[in-house]
Amino acid sequence: MFKKILILGSGALKIGEAGEFDYSGSQALKALKEEGIKTVLVNPNIATIQTSKELADKIYFLPVTPYFVTKVIEKEKVDAIFLSFGGQTALNCGLALEKSGVFKKNNIQVLGTPVKSIEITEDRELFAKSLSEISIKVPKGGFAKTPNQALEIGEKIGYPVLIRAGFSLGGLGSGVCGNKQELSKMATTALKQTSQIAVEEYLKHWKEVEYEVVRDNTGNKITVCNMENFDPLGIHTGESIVIAPSQTLNNFQYHMLRRLALQVIEHLGIVGECNIQFALNPENNDYRVIEVNARLSRSSALASKATGYPLAYIAAKIGLGKNLPDLKNRVTLKTSAFFEPALDYLVVKIPRWDLQKFVGAEETIGSEMKSVGEVMAIGRSFPEGLQKAVRMLDIGQDGLLGNHVDDTKLTPTSERLFAVAQRLSKDESVESIYHETGIDPWFLYQIKEIVEFEKVLDSSAFGLRMTSEVILKAKKLGFSDKVIGKYLDKTEEEIRKYRKKNGIIPKVKHIDTLAGEFPAKTNYLYLTYHGEESDSSPAKPDQNYSSKAIVLGSGPYRIGSSVEFDWCSVTAAQTLRQKGLEAVVINCNPETVSTDYDLADKLYFEELTFERVSDIYDIEGGSLVLSFGGQIPNNLAMDCFRAGYKILGTSPESIDRAEDRNKFSALLDKLGIGQPPWQSFKNSESAIKFAKKIGYPVLVRPSYVLSGSAMNVAYSPSALKKYLRKATEVSAEYPLVLSKFVEGAKEIEIDGVGKKGELLIYAISEHVENAGVHSGDATIVLPPQRLFLETVRRIKTTTKKIVYELNINGPFNIQFLAKNNQIMVIELNLRASRSFPFVSKVTGNNFVELATRVMLGEDVNGDYKTIDLDYVGVKAPQFSFNRIKGADPRLRVEMSSTGEVACFGDDLYEAYLKSLMSSGFKLPKESVFLSIGGQKNKLEMLFYAEKLASLGFKIYATENTHKFLMESGIKTIRIYKISEKKHPSVLDLLRDGDVEMAINISDGIISQKGETDGYIIRRNCVDLGIPLITNLEAAETLILAFSSKKMEDLQIKAWDEYVIN
Amino acid sequence: MQGKLVLSDGTYFLGESFGSPNSTSGEVVFNTGMVGYPESLTDPSYFGQILVLTYPLVGNYGVPNKKFWESEKIQVKGLIVQNYIDSPSHFELERSLGEWLKDEGIPALCGIDTRALTIKLREHGVMLGKLETGSLREARNWKLEAGKDIYDPNSENVLPYVSVDRVETYGSCKKNILLIDCGAKENIIRSLMKRKVRVTRAPWDFDPLESDIRFDGVLISNGPGDPKQAKKTIANVKKILNRRIPTFGICLGSQILALAAGGDTYKLKFGHRGQNQPVIDQTTRKAIQTAQNHGFAVDMKSLGSQWEEWFINLNDGTNEGIRHKSKPFLAVQFHPEANPGPFDGGFLFDEFLKYV
Ligand SMILES: Nc1ncnc2c1ncn2[C@@H]1O[C@H](COP(=O)(O)OP(=O)(O)O)[C@@H](O)[C@H]1O
Ligand SMILES: Nc1ncnc2c1ncn2[C@@H]1O[C@H](COP(=O)(O)OP(=O)(O)O)[C@@H](O)[C@H]1O
Ligand SMILES: [Mg+2]
Ligand SMILES: [Mg+2]
Repeated sequence: MFKKILILGSGALKIGEAGEFDYSGSQALKALKEEGIKTVLVNPNIATIQTSKELADKIYFLPVTPYFVTKVIEKEKVDAIFLSFGGQTALNCGLALEKSGVFKKNNIQVLGTPVKSIEITEDRELFAKSLSEISIKVPKGGFAKTPNQALEIGEKIGYPVLIRAGFSLGGLGSGVCGNKQELSKMATTALKQTSQIAVEEYLKHWKEVEYEVVRDNTGNKITVCNMENFDPLGIHTGESIVIAPSQTLNNFQYHMLRRLALQVIEHLGIVGECNIQFALNPENNDYRVIEVNARLSRSSALASKATGYPLAYIAAKIGLGKNLPDLKNRVTLKTSAFFEPALDYLVVKIPRWDLQKFVGAEETIGSEMKSVGEVMAIGRSFPEGLQKAVRMLDIGQDGLLGNHVDDTKLTPTSERLFAVAQRLSKDESVESIYHETGIDPWFLYQIKEIVEFEKVLDSSAFGLRMTSEVILKAKKLGFSDKVIGKYLDKTEEEIRKYRKKNGIIPKVKHIDTLAGEFPAKTNYLYLTYHGEESDSSPAKPDQNYSSKAIVLGSGPYRIGSSVEFDWCSVTAAQTLRQKGLEAVVINCNPETVSTDYDLADKLYFEELTFERVSDIYDIEGGSLVLSFGGQIPNNLAMDCFRAGYKILGTSPESIDRAEDRNKFSALLDKLGIGQPPWQSFKNSESAIKFAKKIGYPVLVRPSYVLSGSAMNVAYSPSALKKYLRKATEVSAEYPLVLSKFVEGAKEIEIDGVGKKGELLIYAISEHVENAGVHSGDATIVLPPQRLFLETVRRIKTTTKKIVYELNINGPFNIQFLAKNNQIMVIELNLRASRSFPFVSKVTGNNFVELATRVMLGEDVNGDYKTIDLDYVGVKAPQFSFNRIKGADPRLRVEMSSTGEVACFGDDLYEAYLKSLMSSGFKLPKESVFLSIGGQKNKLEMLFYAEKLASLGFKIYATENTHKFLMESGIKTIRIYKISEKKHPSVLDLLRDGDVEMAINISDGIISQKGETDGYIIRRNCVDLGIPLITNLEAAETLILAFSSKKMEDLQIKAWDEYVIN
Repeated sequence: MQGKLVLSDGTYFLGESFGSPNSTSGEVVFNTGMVGYPESLTDPSYFGQILVLTYPLVGNYGVPNKKFWESEKIQVKGLIVQNYIDSPSHFELERSLGEWLKDEGIPALCGIDTRALTIKLREHGVMLGKLETGSLREARNWKLEAGKDIYDPNSENVLPYVSVDRVETYGSCKKNILLIDCGAKENIIRSLMKRKVRVTRAPWDFDPLESDIRFDGVLISNGPGDPKQAKKTIANVKKILNRRIPTFGICLGSQILALAAGGDTYKLKFGHRGQNQPVIDQTTRKAIQTAQNHGFAVDMKSLGSQWEEWFINLNDGTNEGIRHKSKPFLAVQFHPEANPGPFDGGFLFDEFLKYV
């Protein structure tokens, strides 16, 4: 047996690799802990649950790269390693380590699927060869290592063709090519990033079906779940609406694909868990195997949640040598784990996109992933599940219709579902939509049923009255009280009252893995209107507020709210249990740990809407905990308060005073606390007048966004006008807020916990970037390294005033601007913030636990050390611009990062370098490219450019930067901008791979031309995988850091060597 | 059209009728498979039963051509589902499920809380029940009392209703397997023929040793009802065993084989009906997923020491297969022929044919 096992995490959340790997890693660690095995985890993602102290014995917040992992292996002397729980990051790192002989040299056994098998599944060519040995079909085509080879294959099989890259996920570098030119272009780009691509027949409108498969050491095999994509082949499974189990496959097709799945994994020798994707011809039973992912994946997280089968846990046990018949079903605790779950419900997954957060992003979706999160809805009819899922997305859509979606085109976009519904409501035929989209008529008929009923609700011609029958039918079809009310001219509350009076109440059903055949010992629950009886629910709601608490989770991951809030929710639920309360969790995100059914006493996999929370509150009673799931629960505070529900923590009235801009501003004035001048406007003219008064630049925040990004900085009246004209509607209903944009200010955050108006604990963190880069995109340093003592003192006293005034009793976060020793408050959140896991793990004080205890009324006291630390923690953002074609990667006031990492060091530079590398940044060794806009920025950069030169870097620069630096005595090589139409151009330079890093700082006031050049530079860096810095302060810190530290200086120290917990 | 299902303990469920507008009664059982309703409905083992499907959407892909069915007609007496899907989609579809049920005179209800019903059956054990349909007006006057005059398929020998009337032959290969048809699923015949043998299908009470048909092995098929009612078949099998003729039993066939060998069978509380039943080979420790549909089981303890337990169910430990230690007699409780369900047990036909 093994004594110490190393697990690799997946690092920061990024598009294609998100929270699902926190779920799988956490389950694996749990499974190992049960066996009494010591675990070592390498994962720089500080916001995860797996990097909490309960799960792993040793945690290294270090990059998951061969260099660092080798160091950890040598230091920890582990005897085995798991590669399959940390996504593609862990897998690729593991493959590299195997290749370089590190495992062999250190006598390390790779657990689970053998590396040989993994290599076959990752190399698309080997894979195709391997499957041909057992006569299993893959798409026709070939493999290319050069663009020319790609073209040859294209000629042979005919266009359109699809290209796919190996050793990647999320469809990176894949796409459809309609002709020679397109293929040539795409193949060239793709082959820059990967050594081999598949060029194959484009299987237009074939069905895409996935199976999750488990195989043990002796060859016992099961398929745990099958899933059908609503969108046909060509839309990545991560981009598609997915239904489990499949709906349109008959017995033959279901079991034919199942049998093929088992044959393939037997042939490949998978040990543990894998995912297999099929294409199925809708007109006959022809099929192709698209790929096998020999590791836990996003789909396996979904399958786990959809079925209740703990795939990652079981995979870990198998990795340790156990076999399926020896393991028990974790839900019944009685039957065998060697079984295929039978569902008596269906689940609908819908991805969540945030494309509008990016400037210039293409809106179409396809074989490459762009979504940042997903929701899963459980129902006993497709309409029920689908409409639940739409609401869970939290994108402001209450239903399928009436949302101003442009339905002129049915090309796949993030809004196609709504366009399809709208077309159906306009009586377009199912056949014609099927023809255009390839979405199986079955799904279209189901959607038609929803929209037709909605039309009936809508038409007063029918004189439809509110009857039990109508309401019940509507509820079975998944309509919310709000939507029903809208059509019947009633409020949501009136519909609710009517429903309850007439006994139209959703029923509680268990997810028990066996469709009722055996009783479940766990409480994994959902609500449905397709049922007469609840499986089990308390006879009466709990009237005792202090014996039960319901924690609301954070919903789908999206830009601005992701795994950090899951950590907060999980920690809160754990604390409640420790304190002897019954903990109930509500959440709807399949990529989370909070939706593991053994985490709380009860889990409702449900919507986080007021209606659903009320339904659950009516059943369960107790108190509500709204402070840890981010903005969704926070926004429900006032409604729940008005409804008379018991809420733990700070009063919702205080939350309202913080969230309402006018009230908050008045509060700051009353307390004599500074804030940037601002005003709200109902028309554009007065806004422009105000801007003139306070002076440019100004920060614009519209409350209604048509297209483009919400927040923006305007540097001139013309920019403001243009922005107002293009992007937004300004009216009484949708006012606009204008504030003075303070240039050159430092941004500082304080995270803390208040206890009945007293400041219990706080942590002050400093941003590397000046204000103007969203706090979610900023690099954050704790404890602060460059703040004046005076500033720190002011922040603390100001915070105390606010905590007192609002009688804060729970978590909070305040953002400050500091300039010339003056501080201003820009925002207060009366909830846990994004940085709570970071400050908790860096200071060694669990802020969420403390907050939860305070909220329960405990008189917590303590002396917490959060400023005078002997080390530094740096949190760095993770961007996924490479996934969002066309998006401008420049950092702005609007957040665009998808995840974060944090590392420790003895000083700022060490921690900074580790964090940066953890987010995938490759440090330059020889050459950099500089393009610095604006005189002020150039002057600032001078010192750092000198540093670069003195370190022996070859510096390339564009016209003005070149001239400026040469005049200052720094040798640079002039490169032509694209607009100059001369060579060597920036593009030549980037494409030829001569540059290892680009620093592109754009001036605030940018001309159209300059901006276009800058955009092309930045975008090409992203597309070609060249590290890019777009912020001055970040560039400075980076240059100082790598000029003072070498790789060898970066210490390999575990978390507990820095922080004593 | 409305409908109700009343169980023998008086519990009732109201729903909507989507099948034939008549009434019926029988033993109410549930199946947890998520696909394969055309196969299940035509499986003769369901004779005399009202089938509850736990998967909440039924009808999705309509009904295919007869050649894909497991017998000539719908065998269940009634069908109960949560949601009936009347807008099916599939390239093989010939009519909707509702149309089919109506064409064959089988009543069916939807809008029933099938999960609550299933849990009821699990806790109480299978029950008899009565399914009635009627107009809204009639429905208002329904008395919901415990059903009387309910048909109980275990109270008589039902094999005559599901077996063939006379001997039929399939294929022309040399080796001949005698299939004792107790309500055989078509896919047993297809599975055998795929393996290059001739199949002689004989009625349930046919005594092959009295006929001039020459055969190399015997397969006792699946079928409905209490195995102990099949007295004639048991007697015939006894004689076959005495002659040491290779014999393979499937489902009811396994129970009949056990009874012929002097063993005993008993009724399970609610049976095994689904596609995810895990069984393990006691000698090789290899486990497979199987399709099952049975309410009775072989009592292993009752069999002599010459018999060994071949497979057991990993969930509840019940017997899933028996095997003679020295003679070519073997049987499984599950369905190696699948349809519906997984094909994992298909190799057992080869295992049997090795002896032939
Ligand atoms: N031959 C093909 N024709 C059409 N679409 C395809 C083809 N092969 C793959 N796809 C689509 O591309 C997506 C991504 O391909 P896949 O091999 O699964 O990449 P990844 O490993 O990145 O998930 C699939 O989900 C599927 O929708
Ligand atoms: N008045 C201001 N002057 C300069 N920068 C500002 C100002 N207000 C906000 N910012 C910048 O914009 C970012 C986002 O603003 P914030 O109000 O915190 O938005 P959100 O609600 O999305 O967190 C901040 O992190 C800060 O960098
Ligand atoms: Mg893949
Ligand atoms: Mg894939």
